[in-house]
Amino acid sequence: MTAAPTLAGQDSTRRELMTGVLQKQGAAIALVLMVAVAWLLFPRFGSLDNLRDIALQSSFLAIIALGMTFVIITGGIDLSVGSVYALGGVLAAYGAQWGFLVALLLPLAVCGLIGLINGLLVAKTGMAPFIVTLATLLFARGLLLAITSEGATTYKIPEGEVFVELGRGTLFGFGYPVFIAAALCLIGGLVLRRTRFGQSVFATGGSEQSAKLMGLPVARTKVTVYVMSGVLSGLAGALTAAYLQSGVTVIGVGLELDAISVVVIGGTLLTGGMGTILGTVIGVGIRTVIQNVINQIGTLDSNYQSVVSGAFLLVVVVLQRSLARTTTRR
Amino acid sequence: MTDTAKTVDRTRVARWLQEYGVYVAVVALVLFNIAFTANFLTVGNFRTQLIQAAPVLVVALGMALVIGTEGVDLSVGAVMALSAALIPLYLGAGTLPAVAIALAAGLAAGALNGVLVAKVGIQPIVATLALLVGGRGLALVLADGQLVQLHDPAFLALGTGELLGIPVSVLIAAVLAVLMAALVGKTAFGRRLVAIGGNRRASVLAGLPVNRVLIGVYAICGLLAALAGVLSTARLGAGDPADAGLLMELSAITAVVVGGTPLTGGRVRILGTVMGVLLMQLVRATLIKHNLPDSTAQMIQAAIIVGAVYVARERSSR
Repeated sequence: MTAAPTLAGQDSTRRELMTGVLQKQGAAIALVLMVAVAWLLFPRFGSLDNLRDIALQSSFLAIIALGMTFVIITGGIDLSVGSVYALGGVLAAYGAQWGFLVALLLPLAVCGLIGLINGLLVAKTGMAPFIVTLATLLFARGLLLAITSEGATTYKIPEGEVFVELGRGTLFGFGYPVFIAAALCLIGGLVLRRTRFGQSVFATGGSEQSAKLMGLPVARTKVTVYVMSGVLSGLAGALTAAYLQSGVTVIGVGLELDAISVVVIGGTLLTGGMGTILGTVIGVGIRTVIQNVINQIGTLDSNYQSVVSGAFLLVVVVLQRSLARTTTRR
Repeated sequence: MTDTAKTVDRTRVARWLQEYGVYVAVVALVLFNIAFTANFLTVGNFRTQLIQAAPVLVVALGMALVIGTEGVDLSVGAVMALSAALIPLYLGAGTLPAVAIALAAGLAAGALNGVLVAKVGIQPIVATLALLVGGRGLALVLADGQLVQLHDPAFLALGTGELLGIPVSVLIAAVLAVLMAALVGKTAFGRRLVAIGGNRRASVLAGLPVNRVLIGVYAICGLLAALAGVLSTARLGAGDPADAGLLMELSAITAVVVGGTPLTGGRVRILGTVMGVLLMQLVRATLIKHNLPDSTAQMIQAAIIVGAVYVARERSSR
C-alpha cells in the first residue's frame, strides 16, 4: 500500500522519515536516555559492580525473550516459559547429583519436550497458541510440584559440583551467563536474518497462507520455534539454578509476561511477521534498568517496578500503533 | 474425501460435544461423586463448592462477553487485586462508598482496556497485558504490600451472609448470570457484541457502533472483576492484594472456553460458562477429596483445557 498523496510532499516525507526513525529506533533512544539520566542521578549506577549486576540480571531474561521473539514473529505466543524456566532450574539441581552433563542436559531435554508438545499442538491441530501454552503452563507447574514431592521450595546442588561454575564463574568480571546470553542472541539474530529458516519464520507470521503457497515448511517452522522457546527457557532455568546453587520451585511466576513485554517493547509485532533480536535485547535492557533505578532510589517500594513496567509497556504499544498509522495509511 | 458420510458424522459428533460436552461432564462428575465420595450429598458441601465458585463465575461472565467479541481480558486478576487494596483504604467511610470506589476503579480499568482495543486498535492480549503487569503492582503500592484484616460487619456480610439460606455471594453470582444471559440473548447490545466477534469488519461496514460496544464490553468485564474482588475480600475478611485474583484470568478463560464460547468469537454461551465454572470447581474438589495432590490436579486441569479446545477447534476451523 502506498502513502496517501499529500500537498506538502517534502514536509510529509520528512515527517514520515522522523516517525520511521522513532518507530525503528524508539526503544534504543529510550534506553540511551534512561541510562544517561540514571547515570547522572545515581552515581552508583555507573559503577562496574552495578553494571555487572545489570548484565547478569538481564542475561536470564534475554535467553527466554530470545525464544519468545521467534515464537511471536511466527504469530504465536508462549505462555509456558515461566513454568518451564522453574522446571528447568529444579531439574538441573536434581540432575547435578550425576554430574555436569546430566545437570545441563536433563532440563534441556525435558523443557524441549514440553516445547515440542506446544509446537505439535499448535502446528498440527490448529489450536490457538495462547490456550495451548496456557495449558502447558499449568502442566509444567504440576509436573514441577510432582517431582519435588510438593511443598519443598529449594533443591540444593551438591557441594563442590562443577555445574555451579556455569552460573557463578566470571570472565573479565562478568558472569558466564552474560556471555552465554550474548552469544545466543548473536546466533539467534544471524539465524533470523541470514538463513532459510529465518525467512520461513518471518513468512509464517506475515501470511501463513502465502507461506504455504510458496512451499515453505510452515508446520515444521512452528514446531521448531516452540522447541527453541522451551529449550532456551530450560537453559535459563538451569543457569539460574547454577547461579543460586539450587533449584527453586517458586520462581518464574509471571515471567512469561516480562518476556512478552520486553519483546513488544523491542518493536516486535504481536501480530507476527516483524521483529528483531536486537530490539528484544534493548527491551530487556530497558526492563532491567527500570528495575535497577527503582532499587537505587531505595525509598521507593519495589512494587513500583511493575507499575512502571506496565505504564512503559502501555506507552510503547500506543506509540507503536499511532506511529504505524501515520506511516502506513490505509 | 473418499468417505464423506463419516466426515460429516464426525463433525456432527464434534459439534454436539462442543455444545453439550460440558453439561455431560458436569453430570458425570456429580454422579461419580455421589457414588464414590463420602459426604458429597450434603448441604454443607454444596454450599462450600458454590461459595468457592461464585467469584470465578462473576469474572467468567465478563470474560465470556469479551471473548465473544474475539477479545480476551488478561487484567481481571489484577483488577481483583485493586479491589482488595482499595476496600480497606476506604472502608472507614462506610461499606457502600468503599464498594462503590472499588467498582468504579474496575469500571475505569475496563473502559481503558476497551478504548485501547477499540479506538487505538491494539490487540486485546497486549492492551490488557499492560494492566496485568502494572495493576497488581499498583494494588501492592496502594496497600503498602500489606494484608489488611477487616472488621466491618456490614461488609463482611457480603462474604459470609445469607439470604433465604443461600450465601449472598452465590445469590449475586446467580443473578448476574441471569442478567448476562438476558443481555446477550435479548438486547441489541448483545446481538451487536456477537456480530462484532463474528466479523468486525462487516459490523463496521453495517454501521454498528463497534467502538461503543467494545468499550462497553470491556468496561463490564472490569466492573465484574472488581465485584469479584469485593466478594473474595469479604469472604476472606481481609484485603490481600498479593494473592487476590492470582491466575484468575486463566481460570476464567478456561471456564468460558470449556463452556463452548470459542476464542475466535462470534458466539457467547452464558449457561455453558456457568457449567464450565462448575466443572472446573468439581474437578478440583473431586481430586482433593480423593487425596490426589495439587500437582496432579493441575496436570489434569491442563489436559481438560487441551481436550475442550481440541473439540471446540473443529467448528471454528478456517
